[in-house]
Amino acid sequence: MPLVKIPPVLRPTVSGMSEVEVDGSSVGEILRGLADRFPDTGDQLFSEEGELNRYVNVYVNDEDVRVQNGLETDVGQTDTIVILPAMAGGL
Amino acid sequence: MLGGRLKEPRKCCPDIVGVIGNTPIVELKKLAPKESVRLFAKLEFYNPTGSVKDRVARSMIERAEAERAIQPGQTVLEPTSGNTGISLGLVCRQKGYPLKVVMPENVTEERTQLLRMYGAEIVYSEGSKGSNGAVELALDMVEKDSSYYMPYQYGNQANPDAHYYGTAEEILEDLDEVAAFVAGLGTGGTLMGNGRRLKEHDPSTQIVAAEPLQGELVQGLRSLDDGFIPPIIDISLLDRKILVSNRDAIVWTQKLFFEEGIFAGVSSGAIASVAVRMANELEEGNVVFLVADDGSKYLSAEIWSKSVEELEAVDSTVWW
Repeated sequence: MPLVKIPPVLRPTVSGMSEVEVDGSSVGEILRGLADRFPDTGDQLFSEEGELNRYVNVYVNDEDVRVQNGLETDVGQTDTIVILPAMAGGL
Repeated sequence: MLGGRLKEPRKCCPDIVGVIGNTPIVELKKLAPKESVRLFAKLEFYNPTGSVKDRVARSMIERAEAERAIQPGQTVLEPTSGNTGISLGLVCRQKGYPLKVVMPENVTEERTQLLRMYGAEIVYSEGSKGSNGAVELALDMVEKDSSYYMPYQYGNQANPDAHYYGTAEEILEDLDEVAAFVAGLGTGGTLMGNGRRLKEHDPSTQIVAAEPLQGELVQGLRSLDDGFIPPIIDISLLDRKILVSNRDAIVWTQKLFFEEGIFAGVSSGAIASVAVRMANELEEGNVVFLVADDGSKYLSAEIWSKSVEELEAVDSTVWW
């Protein structure tokens, strides 16, 4: 089952867990499944229109889904979804 | 003829700021995974302060001067975890602008030393907030004191323009084609400027971002809405965006030195790892990646004398 890695900022909404197994075959299905189990997570992950919060970066393994098929990006059963906040970089 | 000139003589620059740019590209034959794909590194540590940010600093200050956005002797204030501040230190010192930089408290010691050497005043932001904290504090300072001029590399078009008109043109002069260009994603300037110009030349060129996987200890945000996206980033310009862990970045930084003799900073290791991954995926072509700075600012971290398992504070340090 796909594993979702939860960043520290979201852990209070998932009872403190750093990773959660959520079934699904696309990023959207898995994140919505996470939000169904933990409703407070949904408020942070999604906008009112159901789009991914612009300050959330989501990766399947190590690739950003926004540069793939967004919430429709396929997820395999052994894949890891990484949720990260958008952080300034750039030296 | 022995002892004769090998190249045309270089022009003499009127000052050190004029030396910025025109950096060499080197082929990496040992790290290239296959013969049909050639791997090249553009060595930005040949800039005067040793990083790619010299291009950006000059571009931002000279544009501000051209647009009369900055007054003679005005204090420049900028959020930076080091290299941009150091480059601004050079340019501002040469042009007579005092400089104040805001950076996280958990960067390597060498960056602090270099900034002070160039005369910059340093304001430290909370380390646990990473670069987001530095941006937040700097914006707050400018709002409260209008005497500052903030170039704001994250939202200043002069940043990607430095690459559009400079770095990318140099790459196109040196190479007949670019199958993939790989750079670090920080402010977004390198990828946006080079990406736009390289895709104008050849729309099939893949623009690939290597992104740091920030350690949990530097993600100190209260909510996801505290996140930050540099205004200059247009994600539609990217073909791939790949996370690199601090550990992988360090391992590849070691490889760059021990296998190719390139003494580079940790971001370059991360970028090299992604460049080699792209080279593995391609059938043929040239893969070019940017080496943003050299390794001197990371010597105190003992990256080249210890294995990654022996290093301390790998995840709590802001490496790039």
